[in-house]
Amino acid sequence: MLYDVTINGKNYRLELDRPDGRWSCRLDGRYFEIDAILVRADVLSLRIENTAYEIKLERVANDLRLWVGSQPFAVDIRDPRSLRGRARAVEDHGPKKITAAMPGKVVRLLVREGDDVEPGRSIAVVEAMKMQNELKSPKKGIVRKLLVDEGDTVNAGEVLAIVD
Amino acid sequence: MVWRGASMFKKILIANRGEIAVRILRACHEMGMAAVVVYSDVDRTALHVRKADEAYPIGAAAASESYLNIDKMLEVAKRSGADAVHPGYGFLSENAKFAQACADAGVKFIGPTAAAMEGMGSKTRARQAVEKASVPLVPGTSRGVGSPTEAQDVAARIGYPVMLKAAAGGGGKGMRLVHAPEELKSALEGARSEAERAFGDSEVYIEKAIVNPRHIEMQVLADEHGNTVYLGERECSLQRRHQKVLEEAPSPFVDVDMRHRMGEIAVRVAQAANYTNAGTVEFLVDQERNFYFLEMNTRLQVEHPVTELITGLDLVHLQIRIAAGEKLPFRQDDVRIRGHAIECRVYAEDPDDNYFPSPGKISLLQEPSGPGIRLDSGMYEGWNVPIDYDPLLAKLIAYAADRDHAIARMNRALGEYFVGGIKTNISLFRQILRDAGFRAGKLDTGFLDRMLKRVEDKPVDLKGAEVAAIAAGIFTAVGVTAPAAGNGTSGNGASASGDANSNWKSASRREALR
Repeated sequence: MLYDVTINGKNYRLELDRPDGRWSCRLDGRYFEIDAILVRADVLSLRIENTAYEIKLERVANDLRLWVGSQPFAVDIRDPRSLRGRARAVEDHGPKKITAAMPGKVVRLLVREGDDVEPGRSIAVVEAMKMQNELKSPKKGIVRKLLVDEGDTVNAGEVLAIVD
Repeated sequence: MVWRGASMFKKILIANRGEIAVRILRACHEMGMAAVVVYSDVDRTALHVRKADEAYPIGAAAASESYLNIDKMLEVAKRSGADAVHPGYGFLSENAKFAQACADAGVKFIGPTAAAMEGMGSKTRARQAVEKASVPLVPGTSRGVGSPTEAQDVAARIGYPVMLKAAAGGGGKGMRLVHAPEELKSALEGARSEAERAFGDSEVYIEKAIVNPRHIEMQVLADEHGNTVYLGERECSLQRRHQKVLEEAPSPFVDVDMRHRMGEIAVRVAQAANYTNAGTVEFLVDQERNFYFLEMNTRLQVEHPVTELITGLDLVHLQIRIAAGEKLPFRQDDVRIRGHAIECRVYAEDPDDNYFPSPGKISLLQEPSGPGIRLDSGMYEGWNVPIDYDPLLAKLIAYAADRDHAIARMNRALGEYFVGGIKTNISLFRQILRDAGFRAGKLDTGFLDRMLKRVEDKPVDLKGAEVAAIAAGIFTAVGVTAPAAGNGTSGNGASASGDANSNWKSASRREALR
């Protein structure tokens, strides 16, 4: 099996094989002797040569996070031989939705439709779990639409505003 | 074998939730008593419900409809036949109306009387009460200030900088630090309106602002027969926005003589308040080791475990026994402090996103254990952390012979602690324990905010990334997760995210890896 893996902006080419039931692994051409046991579906006990690691898998929204011991890594893994798609860079053009990460209440709106905003400009303050949190614009643009009023309750994933 | 006197309660209603409800429930079981709990609509699957002997639904998620609702709580007490109520901390624990209502209903409130609570509940009234007992106070007013002119006079007399504080307050609300006379008027207005909004009481008083103070509090315990003792201090200076994050006992700043003097004064404060049961006297301590009475907390506190570990006493057992009319089973001379304990409060918060609360499902839970480790937790794997309450999930406490060993032990335990599926502040504690100032015991209430402002250089861990890459390949090859088709983010996998059923399916692939 062949994979392209990206971690912290660095790309790795990974070849994994299992002839005779034992794993063989090449990372960017370097060979590693490994021994892998899935303790649970999301916990891997991995020996690379004789160094032991425990790796935990976590899914956060659509992203994969792997913890090597206490250190987290956001991982992107692709099958380069699949015919289904091409890499598409995340672009900064296009409208961006400002969404609530979790249920809460809109206690303050800090912009109006038509306002110019810079990246990091606060759009709204949402209260959840006794704390107030500011949602900020990820890009430079104009507030195209405000979809909530002060006092509204919002659900996770609900769009509060669109910045274009 | 049960530790139960003749007049001991048979059944206790725990008017709380989460980790403290579990902790109290454990004391009940150790003492041979039934534990009755309550749960709001979102807490049906909470750990305290699973471990209780009786559980009663108490209303909608909002605390005002459930855990803060006095009528509903008393109704459960009546229906269950509980002979006592333990209020935990927060919620109704410092509500004099509730304490009185319990007394009126013939159900013993495990804590002080309503009168003692009210006496210490208002910070200005507390100051007035202890002034008479020759207790050192932070220079300031023991009554709320009236006009801005009066405030200016007081502040000029005390000397800037001054702190404006809400008499009914806590948690930093209604507080303003004022450096100069020009700032006073608007600070006063701001403090008043914030206090009104938060506590329904706009009374504001003034204290001298102590530079880089330490927050050191003394545990006191009083029976209903006139015996009051102190049980050692706790250092609680590590706070983020006035919320405690890490506590320890004893304080690295307090020596035997200072402990003795602070302890005696704390006892005088409790006596001035006619206090019974467990309470805590808070002091502000300046860099010259002068200490000043700040306020008294008329309840069991979150951080009580560190005191339990260094004294060998069980405070909840003692609370229950005191409430049942027993005399304190020891004298002040019998109290010994031994070893060092550190507590880390684990919150469902994202340290990388300004501590934004992080509710959600706990997909994986690995808990530390072994020598000197105590874990008071309300979580379990598979539990959905609700959004509706304070996000304190658990308290991890490490106990060892001295402070250095306690730090090493806590560090080890943190390395074993993993909560998957939600964000927690666990990584914050490793950062604190590495800090040279912390290790030297040089703490003050500004410490954590200063530390958080310093941007840490995170070294790029190439080796770790390589291991992660290989592991990602293995998880994918085995089918736990599916690779993206060359177009970016990894997909949701053949076995959809963390779902228990598919975990079992994938676990059967374990054999395939050998």
